[in-house]
Amino acid sequence: MKGHLVVEDGTIYTGKIFGARAVRYGELIFNTSMTGYQEILFDPSYKGQILAMTYPLIGNYGVNTEDCESERIHLEGFVVREKSRIYSNWRAQKSLEELFKEQKVVGLEGVDTRKITETIREFGALKAGIFPGNRDKREMVTLVQKSPSLVGRDIVSRVIKSEAYTWQNFGKYKVVVLDCGVKYNILRLLARLNLKVVVYPATAPWQEIEKEEPDGILISNGPGDPEPLKTVVSTVSNLVGRHPVFGICLGHQILGQVFGGKTYKLKFGHHGANHPVKDLTTGRIYITVQNHGFCVDQRTLDETEIEITHTNLNDGTLEGMAHKKWPIFSVQFHPEDAPGPRDTEYLFTKFYTLIENAQES
Amino acid sequence: MTKKKKVLILGSGPNRIGQGIEFDYCCVHASLAAKEEGYESIMVNCNPETVSTDYDTSDRLYFEPITLEDILNIVRLEEPAGVILQFGGQTPLRLALALRKAGAKVLGTTPEAIDIAEDRKKFSQLLRRLNLKQPAGATARSTRQALTVASKLGYPVLVRPSYVLGGRAMEIVYDRTALQHFIKRAIEVSPHHPVLIDQFLEDTIEVDVDALCDGRTCVIGGIMEHIEEAGIHSGDSAMVLPPYSLDSRLVSAIKETTKSLALSLGVIGLLNIQCAVKNGEIYILEVNPRASRTVPFVSKTIGRPLAKLATKIMLGKTLEDLKFTAEVEVPYFAVKESVFPFNRFPGVDALLGPEMKSTGEVIGLDVNFGLAYAKSQLAAGQFLPLSGSVFLSVKDKDKPALLPLAIEFSKLGFKIIATRGTAHFLARHGIRSEIVHKVYEGERPNVADFIRNNLIQLIINTSSGMRPKKDTLSIRSLAVSRSIPLITTIPGAMASLMAIKALREREIQVYEIHECYRKINFS
Amino acid sequence: MPRRADLKKIMLLGSGPIIIGQACEFDYSGAQACKALKEEGYEIVLVNSNPATIMTDPEMADKIYLEPLVPEIVAKIIERERPQALLPTLGGQTALNLASQLYEQGVLQKYQVELIGADYQAIKKGEDRQLFKEAITEIGYRVPESGTAHNLKQAIKIATTIGFPVIIRPAYTLGGTGSAVAYNVEEFKELAEIGLKASLTNEILIEESVLGWKEYELEVMRDLKDNVVIICSIENFDPMGVHTGDSITVAPVQTLTDKEYQKMRDAAIAIIRKIGVATGGSNIQFAVNPENGQMVVIEMNPRVSRSSALASKATGFPIAKIATKLAVGYTLDEIPNDITKKTPSYFEPTIDYCVVKIPKFNFEKFPGAVPQLGTSMKSVGEVMAIGRNFKEALQKALRSLEERFSGLEDIKLEWPVEQGLKVANPQRLFYIREALRQGKSIEEVYQLCNIDRWFLANIEEIVRLEKKLKKAKGKPLSFAMLKQAKEFGFSDKQLAWLTGCPELQISKLREKYGLQAQYKCVDTCAGEFVAETPYFYSTYEYSEITTARQ
Repeated sequence: MKGHLVVEDGTIYTGKIFGARAVRYGELIFNTSMTGYQEILFDPSYKGQILAMTYPLIGNYGVNTEDCESERIHLEGFVVREKSRIYSNWRAQKSLEELFKEQKVVGLEGVDTRKITETIREFGALKAGIFPGNRDKREMVTLVQKSPSLVGRDIVSRVIKSEAYTWQNFGKYKVVVLDCGVKYNILRLLARLNLKVVVYPATAPWQEIEKEEPDGILISNGPGDPEPLKTVVSTVSNLVGRHPVFGICLGHQILGQVFGGKTYKLKFGHHGANHPVKDLTTGRIYITVQNHGFCVDQRTLDETEIEITHTNLNDGTLEGMAHKKWPIFSVQFHPEDAPGPRDTEYLFTKFYTLIENAQES
Repeated sequence: MTKKKKVLILGSGPNRIGQGIEFDYCCVHASLAAKEEGYESIMVNCNPETVSTDYDTSDRLYFEPITLEDILNIVRLEEPAGVILQFGGQTPLRLALALRKAGAKVLGTTPEAIDIAEDRKKFSQLLRRLNLKQPAGATARSTRQALTVASKLGYPVLVRPSYVLGGRAMEIVYDRTALQHFIKRAIEVSPHHPVLIDQFLEDTIEVDVDALCDGRTCVIGGIMEHIEEAGIHSGDSAMVLPPYSLDSRLVSAIKETTKSLALSLGVIGLLNIQCAVKNGEIYILEVNPRASRTVPFVSKTIGRPLAKLATKIMLGKTLEDLKFTAEVEVPYFAVKESVFPFNRFPGVDALLGPEMKSTGEVIGLDVNFGLAYAKSQLAAGQFLPLSGSVFLSVKDKDKPALLPLAIEFSKLGFKIIATRGTAHFLARHGIRSEIVHKVYEGERPNVADFIRNNLIQLIINTSSGMRPKKDTLSIRSLAVSRSIPLITTIPGAMASLMAIKALREREIQVYEIHECYRKINFS
Repeated sequence: MPRRADLKKIMLLGSGPIIIGQACEFDYSGAQACKALKEEGYEIVLVNSNPATIMTDPEMADKIYLEPLVPEIVAKIIERERPQALLPTLGGQTALNLASQLYEQGVLQKYQVELIGADYQAIKKGEDRQLFKEAITEIGYRVPESGTAHNLKQAIKIATTIGFPVIIRPAYTLGGTGSAVAYNVEEFKELAEIGLKASLTNEILIEESVLGWKEYELEVMRDLKDNVVIICSIENFDPMGVHTGDSITVAPVQTLTDKEYQKMRDAAIAIIRKIGVATGGSNIQFAVNPENGQMVVIEMNPRVSRSSALASKATGFPIAKIATKLAVGYTLDEIPNDITKKTPSYFEPTIDYCVVKIPKFNFEKFPGAVPQLGTSMKSVGEVMAIGRNFKEALQKALRSLEERFSGLEDIKLEWPVEQGLKVANPQRLFYIREALRQGKSIEEVYQLCNIDRWFLANIEEIVRLEKKLKKAKGKPLSFAMLKQAKEFGFSDKQLAWLTGCPELQISKLREKYGLQAQYKCVDTCAGEFVAETPYFYSTYEYSEITTARQ
């Protein structure tokens, strides 16, 4: 069936719909990863977004149950150049199309994703919508223009579980993960380090979390604008100083706000698996996987408390920070990969060390 | 799109035997020359291994197949002031007429002139007009026609399809049965064009000439004398610049011939001529009004970039403008030797013929010819022995020429091992040798055993004209697999002998190329 | 780290004459190296015996020697020129072997010439099969079961222990010369002898065969601060058993999940570190069992290679140029990305198109040679094509080859179809086409040739469309069919033959329908950054884009 990707500036890309047939609105962004579409699809951080993959051949290796990063697909729409006719991989269990139908996700193929990328590069992430079938062009554009933007909206609550749950109930120390849309690999990596992992919704009151007696707190990644998440910031400000804290992506942005920083929206964000980040404390550089549309303005951070530890080599934006006195650190990129390079997984070990040191003292 | 005028250069496509890096070298130089002349250079090619597809080389690069559809797409988009087809070997030339029809301006020598060189009838007419000789011959479009032509000319004949490169399906044919077989192959290879059948001139010296012409003047780039017997594709031949055995009158005559051909064809750019010299007469074998394989070798030897100069001529400059009005005389010898992939195809005959088989080339530079040849062999992986045993087995025709060589080898202390026929011949002239059995004779030890036991360090083995017997085939295969230098022609043997002598008597010097060029008197 | 100021004069070794397995990719890398070194202000001494090269043009280097690449001669040149360093990693196996010999003969030490780009130990570990195997096992990866032999007796013992079929790999050769597969003891004896002779050190590795496994390559770069990046991932269309130089290859990898790819990436990084390539590029080859994802390491080339030329052209990232700068002391983050001009060279290129490489063969030149492909390279050249999907890139590559076909067409096939699928040969693509055309299923074809089903499915799509096009013979092509045909890489010439319509008419029809070739840019970053590279490819990707403004 025919379908259209309609952008708020009036451009309409016509292609073929696959998966569910429904209208979806979201912020249009692109991701440059060449592998890992399944992990990307299941990443809750894409809630509210329509994602176009720059790599033109998607679905080649099917999907499987092991590579899911959350319970379901959260993004609003998925735009690709060519959806693979078949899938071929020893772990594949079903096709992309089957998955989309099951999950009621809207996909669009047969469009010029490079043009889309170039448009986003030039004009920034714009609002867009996917419409199946034939509709009046002006009407579609108007609907898109009226659709809500990501800025100023709290969509974290839309993706997280409302109840706390245990991911792993054995381990030397206990980590409470503040779920803002956590990717499962964060939980897996913690578990692998012999840590008890308990997941709390980010909206939980800090006292409840304290009752859990955590040895460490990890603030997870999540979708949308970090600025409206005032309650989460407040919760975290009550937890810092009591426990070692590790923030990832949105978690880093929350921590940034805790220490007086302001966040801002990037032109179109960083979404890909090849971003170079320099660790300023060691001089080492790492290839990282990134997925964020907002960023912490390093100039607004309290210098007396916070040290800038990581910077993006492409555009100089803030990629990581650490507290000068307390065992608190965070990174904007994704050390839990899935998908992407595993070069920065060592940060989980670093977190473990902070926890251990805190216990010993 | 920029304001500069554009030049579109068509590359040479994938490397293959007969069309490889030499043409890419020319294309790259064309691009550099166009830039130097103030044009925007646009390169089209589909070969990932080459410098031409480095995006730094040209102002714009299209990584595209070189087919009519793809090139026309680019021509329509870019609207170049001119298209250069001359440097990519056969590949772009095939598109010449169609491109012109579509409105593209083809620079340099016209497709019509190139056609004259390939069309037998037109070519013969031209040579007659200029009072130049060529081997007798005719065209054929069927086996029957071919047989008729061949019997009129007399065997051996040279059979070749037209409009091919690298001597594809070219063959020296010695009798009717062989002719029937090879005609079929030739027709298959170039089905829309007739097959050329020429008298094959034996015992000649072949010469290659590269020259530049701007329509008014023609200047010789270099004259190369083959160090192989006639009939070996020039791409496979060892050759030396300047000639080492031709007398100066002949060389002058060759130059004049080249010039008159260039001017009558209206060559704008490069011209390559192959001719054969026999009994003081010059016979024209081939004329190629385009870049040839030898261009880089000549350019490096004389210190002037012929392909660049040719491009500038195509863009309107004269040889006078370019200050290239006289031939460059070099104070040294440059030997070009080819390398072959026979070790990749075990069991395949390492015999050279008119169809090209080499994949690449090396150069040997020295003021002494023997050392230059020695270096070329060294560079090609043929380690000439300075002592030991040399195996001689040559066809009857070559025996007289072998004699002085055998004497020299003896004098140098080499032990001579020969097959019965050759041994008896040598004995009659007072040269001792150890007789070794041919493989097919059945007795042991035979030649193959000797080779396997490392008793032979150098092999000089010329074949009878026809498809070699299994024996010689196995000797040659063994030689290739054991990296024993294998010489299959008398001229090659002579040059090797000179090389061995030079290596024993002198120390090898190394030459830095800029120093060499400084020694050349550029007028 | 600033470039090394203690070095003034650097010697570069070329790769000599063009041979199968080592061709003009080294002129390309050599030329890039010269440009890079010149940019950095070094004096360059170049040695190459091949005059048909751009790198030996007088402007390329300060001192050029068109002399044989043998130790005795190069030693003389070193004696004369006294360079402070020797860069041997851009001249293929020839240069590397030559550098090793010079080192072993004490020449480098005598004249105090430092090997840069790769040191002797790293060269040995990468090329010596036994050392390589030990190193890989030490870091926890698996290489196929193997043993090294220096004579036939040893060889036979190892082969019988491993069990047939086995692969024979001579050490210190190029393009897999002397490499072969043996299926039984008799065959083995003969091939082992050839292998021992082909090796510079009379050494062969006898290896468990992983024939039929999927083959992958990663092009990796490392700088002296131990930063490692992957420049390009390549998937071989032809499975293990065919030399990568003779295989059809595709970039990037198409059938690995992210997890599998990252596993391979981690391994490549660990390997280049373990082997100790101090700076520069390497090509590392892996085999993956399609049944269970098991991965083994096949081999590594601790230098710029044919694949790096391909990877450079496929991604736009100039590997040889960067490798040269790394060799003289820069780190990846210090070298600006030539393409974007605003970001550093420390990143991993990402591409938004598909690249197919097909090798070119000249078997017809060697009557008697069997057109069968194996572990010893036989191709004389290659083409590369870029498209927005695999089908387009594949057919484009086919018409680039300059053979009788202008895409995946009907050609005369010499063997029965089953044989053409089972035995690797230059026409295998056409046998696949024929088999699918005759109605064989993808699964049946897979069982015979072990080429990944994903590729087979794509070819089946081409075959299906071809059938539809043939049926429409005589009628004018519809927009939808023509659009799909062009997107699948069918050339106008092919369409002319299929529909009986002259080629010129097809292109006029295309014009009428608005199905013109579009040009997209190769920019290492999939459009994320503005690119300054003037490097383009065409695609017939058709996109309906309209605007509706208020």
